[in-house]
Amino acid sequence: MRYIPNSPEERDEMLATVGLTDAKELFRSIPDDVKLSRSLNVTEPMAESEVIAAMEAMAAKNTGTSKPSFLGGGVYSHYSPTVVDHLIQRSEFFTSYTPYQPEISQGTLQYIFEFQTLVCQLTGMEVSNASMYDGSTAMAEAYLMAQRVTRRDKIVVAKSVHKEYREVAVTYAQHGDTEIVELDFDEATGRILDTSALDDKTAALVVQSPNFFGCIEDLESLAAAAHSVGALFVVVVTEAISFGSLKTPGACGADIVVGDGQSWGVPMSFGGPHLGLFATQEKYVRQMPGRLCGIAYDKNGNRGFVLTLSTREQHIRREKATSNICTNQGLIALAATIYMETMGKKGLQEVAEQNAQKAAYAKERIAELDGYSLPFSAPTFNEFVVRGPRAAVDVLGSVCDKGIIGGLALSKYYGGRENDFLVCVTETNSREQIDALVAAL
Amino acid sequence: MSIKKVTQHPTQNEGLIFDRSQTGRVGYRLPKLDVPETPNALPAELLRTDGLDGVPEVSEVDVIRHFTRISTWNYSIDLGMYPLGSCTMKYNSRLNEKMARIGGFAGLHPLAPETESQGALELMYRLQEDLAEITGLPGVSLQPAAGAQGEMTGVMLIRAFLDHRDGEASKDRRVMLIPDSAHGTNPASAALAGFTVKTIHSTPDGFTDMDHLRQLCNEGGVAGLMLTNPNTVGIFEKNIKEICEVIHAAGGLVYMDGANMNALVGVARPGDMGVDVIHLNLHKTFSTPHGGGGPGCGPCCCTAELAPYLPVPRIIADENNAGPMSYRLEYNVPTSIGRVKAFYGNFGMMIRALSYIYTHGDDGLKEATETAVLNARYVSKRLENTFDKPFESDCMHEAIFSHKNQSKRGVVTLDIAKRLIDYGFHPMTVYFPLVVEGAMLIEPTESVGRADLDAFCDAMIDIDREAQEDPELVINAPHSTRIGRLDEASAARKPVLRWKPDMESMSQMA
Repeated sequence: MRYIPNSPEERDEMLATVGLTDAKELFRSIPDDVKLSRSLNVTEPMAESEVIAAMEAMAAKNTGTSKPSFLGGGVYSHYSPTVVDHLIQRSEFFTSYTPYQPEISQGTLQYIFEFQTLVCQLTGMEVSNASMYDGSTAMAEAYLMAQRVTRRDKIVVAKSVHKEYREVAVTYAQHGDTEIVELDFDEATGRILDTSALDDKTAALVVQSPNFFGCIEDLESLAAAAHSVGALFVVVVTEAISFGSLKTPGACGADIVVGDGQSWGVPMSFGGPHLGLFATQEKYVRQMPGRLCGIAYDKNGNRGFVLTLSTREQHIRREKATSNICTNQGLIALAATIYMETMGKKGLQEVAEQNAQKAAYAKERIAELDGYSLPFSAPTFNEFVVRGPRAAVDVLGSVCDKGIIGGLALSKYYGGRENDFLVCVTETNSREQIDALVAAL
Repeated sequence: MSIKKVTQHPTQNEGLIFDRSQTGRVGYRLPKLDVPETPNALPAELLRTDGLDGVPEVSEVDVIRHFTRISTWNYSIDLGMYPLGSCTMKYNSRLNEKMARIGGFAGLHPLAPETESQGALELMYRLQEDLAEITGLPGVSLQPAAGAQGEMTGVMLIRAFLDHRDGEASKDRRVMLIPDSAHGTNPASAALAGFTVKTIHSTPDGFTDMDHLRQLCNEGGVAGLMLTNPNTVGIFEKNIKEICEVIHAAGGLVYMDGANMNALVGVARPGDMGVDVIHLNLHKTFSTPHGGGGPGCGPCCCTAELAPYLPVPRIIADENNAGPMSYRLEYNVPTSIGRVKAFYGNFGMMIRALSYIYTHGDDGLKEATETAVLNARYVSKRLENTFDKPFESDCMHEAIFSHKNQSKRGVVTLDIAKRLIDYGFHPMTVYFPLVVEGAMLIEPTESVGRADLDAFCDAMIDIDREAQEDPELVINAPHSTRIGRLDEASAARKPVLRWKPDMESMSQMA
């Protein structure tokens, strides 16, 4: 095995040092009746070239990657500058462990500190953690945190929040005291207008913006509604590029912002690994889940960084911890940090504007088509719902036959919306592609 | 050949990126907007008005230098031995990285039609089959994002099974037994599934206390047991079959924490021991990179009895007449505990893990296990006369010592760990498990050759000598790093968790 540094002779000498003659004897402490008496039924060892051939053969069956695509729905196709993937492949980053030994982990700790700062700047919040698994689990953790903060158990969540996110939160909350109430969206605007489900038992109002339909919510009104009953206002953002243009959730009154940072330079990779974002206000920091990195000094007064406030975490508090999470998305948070810094202040604004402009163009063209309409009137960012002349599955199927993945049929997510589909347009979609989609519809 | 003591590494100073920022610098270029501009595409009242104040403005060269410089402040597996017990820091192959970056994988949208994603589904199905074979447990979900989420999934499967089996009476069965030596995630995950925790004692020789286990089972209400095997002191629980039988007889189920699977792959299977459910850490046993703290991937493997409760969607392979298999996602499984993560899990990690299995094959997987155990045994042997070895039993893939011999002279585990840095090694896991005072848990993995193991052992023996001759040298370590021990207590009292414009710049930096 080429990854194992010892020669057979060295191995025999080491066995002799520990008083053994055969490697089998290493496992004497395992009773015979639980030992495997045969070889594993997996492949024989493969050469590097054989592994590559096998993997490429499978990858080639993912024909979806070779077609122009207008899929969004929580995962977005954006251009990632070359430096991002180059830098995250430095050994010192990708083959290091959690920075528990700060003296030899300052590289990791410093980028986490920069990541936390950038997330605060983009979301308009005061503190961010070092990241969570993904947007869906970050939202589930926000439910639990809101319950801890308010000592209330009712969560009011908009039905226009990504369905898979809501499902994950149900899984997390199913054995606790959480009561989940789902809030209908307004059929005309696509926004949340009716918040009458909020009451003095409500721990949090949870909305997504832009929501699953791409509609931008009126966050300020919703924040006021939540705060008027003493509930926290939780804003979910699945399209992190939108932060470059839109008024921040923090400025609109959010108490917790969760979301996914995949758009910040991270490959779609069939849904993971992505990047859970979790930001809140300073007064709630000790109720937060996940790792936090902070400034510390050595005895000579040199500034460095450490993981801090770990008394919230499972390795200290065990079953009383704020979360069972142990990892963060280290390397993915690094990719996002490099992306945000490379794009910088101007780039993050320009890419957001391009997304909004291209989507606006596509939206207008599609709405002009006979039989097609836009069911929701609220402003959108880079995604919008289209109502077609027949079942969306059929419309998209015939578009796919023409070599374009035209969007996401909503029937899988919402009953009674057979003709509706979600179209996402990013800076990676050329005008030519948009025009081809319009022609194919 | 030995690394011996390192001298100070010549690194560049580098402040925060915010210190480098200069108005007007750019590090990107986008193609020109190729559609006619729509006025007010976004209404003015929805726009942010702060101009992204504080976000840095730097060039591409700034970015490269910034991250390259700070990267040199990290230790990494590629630099040398990373003997963190229970973390399995083994070599991360470049081939696996390359495989995960194949365009047909990395560029695939998770909501693309199943007919357009057959390769990804096939890869996941094949990995599931291999993990089922390796663990001896046929039901597999790759969805959990990391070990702790795999644990949560595992105990939720137990909960769902019991609720289904016992109906209303299940509410009287809410006790999860967890050894005092367990990872902290175990009780935290059990709490999420609505269980209360009772702690099982260990015996003085490092095994689960069978009498205490029986006593706790007799107290009733036992839903299950969460056990790590080999346990967290690196010893195989020789009574594992009996342990499982006792729990099963009490009406509970056995969850195994798979953190230590690197001691077992190809040698013994949890399914054959009586375990009902296990999570694996692909970032440990199957070498997907730790990446400075993530992402992980924590598949859950279980018995056929528990499989109906696994998270949705499940991957189904359909046999086709004559043609190749086709794959689809099944969402409609009413018994399922539900979804634990959006989409299907950390797919990029699954590619790397399958690439690892393909490269090793049956023989290679077993050779890796044997080497990992031999390496730990070798360290255990070489250090047993210098450091206190709290347990007599043969260790598996990790060796445990305590600071008992050194602490008499005021040198404790943390000091020994920090002094190892000066010798060019990453410290071992310290103060875990809690059952050993001043624990030092050393897991070399199979990725270390004899020469490096000897250098490590020599360093440990040298440090012991220093502790006798010049304890201050050890107590004040490390001496070779760009920054000394940091005052973590003050950092937690007044936490500074982000940069702000009025913050001191790099003049105060190390």
